[in-house]
Order: sequence, then C-alpha cells, then structure tokens
Amino acid sequence: MSTSKYETVIGLEVHVELHTKTKIFCGCSTEFGAPPNTHTCPVCLGHPGVLPVLNRQAVDYAMKAAMALNCEIGDVSKFDRKNYFYPDSPKAYQISQYDQPIGLNGYIDIEVDGKTKRIGITRLHLEEDAGKLTHVDGGYASLVDFNRVGTPLVEIVSEPDISSPEEARAYLEKLRAIMLYCEVSDVKMEEGSMRCDANISLRPHGQKEFGTRAELKNMNSFRGVVRGLEYEQLRQAEILDEGGEVVQETRRWDETQGKTFSMRGKEEAHDYRYFPDPDLVTLHIDQAWKDRIRVSIPELPDARKARYTSEYGLPEYDAGVITSSKALADLFESSLAYTKDAKAVSNWIMGDLLGYLNSNSLELSDVKLTGQGLGEMIGLLEKGTISSKIAKTVFKEMLQSGKLPQQIVEEQGLVQISDEGAILAIVQEVVANNPASVEDYKAGKEKAIGFLVGQVMKQSKGKANPGLVNKLLVEVLKG
Amino acid sequence: MSIQTKDVEHVAKLARLHLTDEERDMFTEQLNAILQYAEKLNELNTDDIAPTTHVLHLSNVMREDEVKDSLPPEKVFRNAPDEEDGQFKVPAVLE
Repeated sequence: MSTSKYETVIGLEVHVELHTKTKIFCGCSTEFGAPPNTHTCPVCLGHPGVLPVLNRQAVDYAMKAAMALNCEIGDVSKFDRKNYFYPDSPKAYQISQYDQPIGLNGYIDIEVDGKTKRIGITRLHLEEDAGKLTHVDGGYASLVDFNRVGTPLVEIVSEPDISSPEEARAYLEKLRAIMLYCEVSDVKMEEGSMRCDANISLRPHGQKEFGTRAELKNMNSFRGVVRGLEYEQLRQAEILDEGGEVVQETRRWDETQGKTFSMRGKEEAHDYRYFPDPDLVTLHIDQAWKDRIRVSIPELPDARKARYTSEYGLPEYDAGVITSSKALADLFESSLAYTKDAKAVSNWIMGDLLGYLNSNSLELSDVKLTGQGLGEMIGLLEKGTISSKIAKTVFKEMLQSGKLPQQIVEEQGLVQISDEGAILAIVQEVVANNPASVEDYKAGKEKAIGFLVGQVMKQSKGKANPGLVNKLLVEVLKG
Repeated sequence: MSIQTKDVEHVAKLARLHLTDEERDMFTEQLNAILQYAEKLNELNTDDIAPTTHVLHLSNVMREDEVKDSLPPEKVFRNAPDEEDGQFKVPAVLE
C-alpha cells in the first residue's frame, strides 16, 4: 500500500454534550426528543436585549471533564463571541471560549497493539450547541428546530499526536470512557451527544514539517471515523505519489458511498472575529472551587484497570475490556460483594454477558442482570447446587427477568441432583437400555462412555451432577 | 491605524451587507473618524493597569441548573418570517 511511505498525522476535535438539566445560558430544558421549538425562550432564540446567565452546573461539569483529562484549570476563564451566519445559530454568533478556556495542556494514554501512547490535549473549552436543520422542498428550504440551541458542550482539541485511524479510535474510546466515568455526558456518537471532526495530513517519514491537512466532518460513529480517516489517508497518499499537492479544505465523509467529498463554498477562509462577550462577566476559579470538583472525580478507567490486574489477578486484556465501560466495571465490582471468585465473574462478563449483548446489539442497561445475581450464581456453582450447564440457563433468565438465581432455581426446579442413589438408578437404566454402547466400551472404545453420559444427562433433564455421573457410570460398567 | 476600502468590503461581505460604491467610501471615511476619536485613549498611560474585558467589577455571575418555563409556541413564532410544522422555515443554505 502506498501509505507506507508516509507518516500520518491526525488531530481530533471532539464535541461532548454535557447532560445538565437546562441550557448553558437560560432555563430551557435540554431534554432530548421534545416537539420542535418547545424548549426555546427569548435568550436561546437570540432576541434583542436579552441577557445570558451562565449555568453553574455546566462549568462544574466542564471543569470535571478537564481535570479527568489531566488539564490545567485556568484561574481566569471567559466567554467570547464567534461570529458566523448560519440558520442553525439564531444570534449569528456562537458563545464559545477563545483565549481563556476552562482547561489547557492535558493528555490521555491510549493502548494500541499492546503499546501505551500518550496523546496530548491542547485545550477543553465550554460553548453552546447549535440548532438542528432539516432540508425540505427539494433542498430549496430548511426547517429549523432550536431546541438544541444552547445545550452546553465541551470541545476537546487534541494535539496532532495521533498516527493512525486505529489510534484515533482508541483515543475516542478512551475519551468516551472517561466522560462516562465522570458522568458529565451520555456520550452517544449515534445520537450526537459526542461528535468528532478530524484534521489529517501525511508527510514523508523523517520530515519535520507537517503536510497540508484536510479537515474531515460528518463522521457519526467510531467506525465512520476509522473508515473516513483510512479513506483520506489513501486519497492523500495517492495525490502525493503522483507528485501532486493536497488542498487545504474541509471534506465531508459520506458513510454510504464510503468516500470524502470537498465541501465547496467553504473555501473562503473563516474569519470568526472573536471578541469577549460583553454580556458575560469573567469567571474566577479559585482553589476551593477546583478542590471541590477534584474530589468529585471517581477512579478513572486506567486506575481501575491497574487495580483489577494487581488486586484481582485479572489478565490485562480482560481488565481493559471490563473497565472500558463504567457500567461493566460497576457490575464486576458489585458482584464481588457476593463471591470471592473475581476471575469467574470476569469470565461470565467477558463470555456469556458480552456475547449476549453483542449478538443482540444491546447495552448493559438493556438487560436486568445485577451484580448480586451474578455473584450469587457463581456461589451456587461453587457449592455444586447447580451445574455449569444449569448456570447458563439461570444466567439467561437473570438477563431477562432480573430475578435472583436462588429464586430461578427453585421456580424452575433446576437444582443439581447430587444424590448418588438417584443418579445410580438412572445410570443403571441407561446401561440396561444401551447394550451396544456398553459392549463398545468394554471392547476398549473409551469414547462410548460419552454417549452414555449424554443419555444420563438427558434423562435427568441436565440436572445430574456430571462428575458423579461419570464416576458411577465407570463403576457400573467395570463392576 | 486606518481603515482601507478593502477592509470595509471584507467586513461588509462577512456581515452580508451589499454596499454601493458611495456607501463603501462613506463608511470608510466614517469608520476612520470613529477610530481617530478612539485613538485619543492611547494618550493615557496604562502601563500599570491590567487589561480588562469588562467595565463592571463583577465575576462568577451564575444561575442554578433549574428548568424554567419555555415560551408558548404561538409566541416563539411571532417573529418568524415563515413557519412549517412547528419549525422556522428559511431559505436553504447550500453546502
């Protein structure tokens, strides 16, 4: 592939919606899915003479997010107007932050191919979201819904430290996990509460100066980001291979066509004429405020992962998967109040749980499994009350009903039969009814016992203790 | 500091203002007069004064995150040039 001659340089700009109850500068609700324009008022509609008043919770969340991304928090922060005309912005400017953002100089660590890499974060600033446009009348008119206008966003700008589409994905996944741990956003790319633009350029290996970059927009999923960057990487490599020059421009990723397209008409250099918003006074963030936010930050994914490997002996990989989602990690830990066997909990999460969620395209919140249920089920397995086969049935039932394992076992009569007499009776019956297999076994075909075990299990409806079945069968056959 | 006609043309373009040549020249002259007037401020010595973005001695003006009533739809659209299905209708901006 021709990209191997070049080094890829990627920087990401990620917008994350903060899940405050109200908008950043007015008391309108930020609830998703309300009828169009029912969550609007003179402030967010940009009527003349209105005054924005900053939502304290939005600042707290932005500080929390910035600290979790290892940013320095400025002592002074202010808001600026970014001027542009577009129908999704009723004031013809967006209130954002220019030179005094909430957070500066942070980083996150990502892992790709078993290697850890630190990606710098240039800045994190607070701003307001725009409205939603729907194009109608064959593209001649647009309908505007201003419900989303004024929803608080943080924009997180990375350094150009990302060297491949895979690293971009790892960065986004880590960023998403951190936001979820901090509980400042639900960060769903598909629903637009997390959005990503990318700057990408190529340069020959060893060259210091950056190549000319393209800005990619409209990548609405993690997969879209990876595919868009892969496409752009190849497109730019082909241009450079032919001795051409990459044009600095904004390009739009088209998911269905799998290509990027130049966004014509936007070539005109942006001139946003930022200036301090006269309606919003300066923020002074003192140490007490910073301390109050810092103590509210929970243990983050990297720290939890390290603890899971050292404290519970989980493999790196398992610890990484479980801590990539706060919900999974919380489930793991709450199970441990009911069982000591952390590895068993991890195995059930990694295997049966994630398998079920992935094959049904579900989230953990869509199933009713509790930590108590999982922990107690593992306890029943350890005690031999249920077999591993029965456990699978119990597990499925817990996913669907959320009932505790003891109740499921009792209701469905799933208790393992460990009574030797009861099993022996079935064993003798099976031996009597399958003379051919018995002959095979006696003739030295050890495999024949598998069939007989299967018959016993079938007759006992899967409830016979498999260890006892084996032992008794061998005794009967040899006796 | 002085404003050239090309500066006025640029700002007019950004502001979506269509100026005649006469208007362009008039605004160039007027804007220069305004700036010259403001230039007088440079006569003050501000060496020991920290830059500020506001004249008010206020900071950290914030509200609690509590939902307030939004506008009823009939008021929302009172200033709308056109409306359809509870939304503002505007000419398309093509990309």
